[in-house]
Amino acid sequence: MKVSMTVNGDQNSNDVEPRLLLVHYLREVLGLTGAHIGCETTQCGACTVLVNGDSVKSCTMLAVQADGADVLTIEGLQKDGKMHAIQEGFWEEHGLQCGYCTPGMIMSTLQLLQRNPHPSEAEIREGLQGNLCRCTGYHNIIKSVQHAAEHMKEGAAAD
Amino acid sequence: MLPGEFEYHRAGSVDEAIKLIQQFGGDGKFIAGGHSLLPLMKLRLAEPAHLIDIGRLPNMAYVRRGNGTVSIGALTTHYQLEANADLAKSVQLIPEAAAHIGDVQVRNRGTVGGSVAHADPASDLPSVLVALNAEFVAKGPKGERTIKAADFFEDLMTTSLGEDELLTEIRFQAPQGKSGSAYEKLANKASHYSVVGAAAIVTLGGDGNVQDCALAFSGVSSRPVRATAVENALKGKQPTAENIASAASHAAEGIDYALSDIHASDEYRLAMTKVYAKRALTKAVERARNA
Repeated sequence: MKVSMTVNGDQNSNDVEPRLLLVHYLREVLGLTGAHIGCETTQCGACTVLVNGDSVKSCTMLAVQADGADVLTIEGLQKDGKMHAIQEGFWEEHGLQCGYCTPGMIMSTLQLLQRNPHPSEAEIREGLQGNLCRCTGYHNIIKSVQHAAEHMKEGAAAD
Repeated sequence: MLPGEFEYHRAGSVDEAIKLIQQFGGDGKFIAGGHSLLPLMKLRLAEPAHLIDIGRLPNMAYVRRGNGTVSIGALTTHYQLEANADLAKSVQLIPEAAAHIGDVQVRNRGTVGGSVAHADPASDLPSVLVALNAEFVAKGPKGERTIKAADFFEDLMTTSLGEDELLTEIRFQAPQGKSGSAYEKLANKASHYSVVGAAAIVTLGGDGNVQDCALAFSGVSSRPVRATAVENALKGKQPTAENIASAASHAAEGIDYALSDIHASDEYRLAMTKVYAKRALTKAVERARNA
């Protein structure tokens, strides 16, 4: 079945099996390996991407369900080789250890800051509830999000 | 982990969706957000030969209010319920329950219609809708019918929806007057499914006494259960801490079957109904006083 979607601003169109999951489409068909496959059971959030502005676990969405959608993955965050404020935050505050959960954490942070630009610590923890870090590096992840929130210009989250 | 093979059909209208499900019978399944069905399909616990995507049906994601009736479209996501400012003021238990389903990503995709049609006993919205005496609108080849919440949830993962019927809307009377509501749950730490969830609605009369109240539980039994013994014990009384606690002590009465699994024994679940009944009623009373 033919699917077409915009991923990080680029149009693409491919023939896929209906059972192909969005995360496999991104990784294997488009070669965008930033969204990771962790638990494959809608729990860990490593595969989080934005579909039409909403964060989703791309292991629990069919590629055909994203037909016509506007998808944003971690690869689409940098601009002209410059990291996004959230990526900067994770860099500055050592928000990653092994890095496996990081793309999902960052995409969930983007959703959180779009909806709530100045979250409290409790709100950050709630906003990242769908993302697991098995290094248990949550402390620095919270600091990274706070760093990003402080350094993001108003409205920048929408970019 | 890929689902088994299936043919994919995208319905453009409710009528087309019903025609497709009639055509495929038991081999067909509706999919909206897919957050109950896709996990089952990946585990091959469900292997429908035909998926009928209803996720794009127009004008089915809404919260409307008219003449005291609140209508919620079946494709409304949990996030849309959570973020609804009107509900947050008048029917607090809906956004409160919705905000504690799964996590942000799950709430962005999961729909109210999908959740209730799936009828997982540990999901939150069924007990909320039972407490609200909601009606479920189902469309099928023979037309439209409404099903009362008490008749909708039949058993574990089983509803009274026909195989060829599509749930399109849920509606209920918004609590009137000095009313407040609350949803309190004991959540499984990993999945956030409810071990026990208590949905409470309280209306206070002019004398400050409890004029009306409703209480229902998620997670405890194979379907949502109404705690009529608690309701009867509180009606007409002053909503003092003592009276609420005394009424809540009847919470486990009438629950003839309680779930028992690795998350909690039946004994523990029944004990917790009393604790969460008290918390939900206390919060609902507080909100009713401020209404």
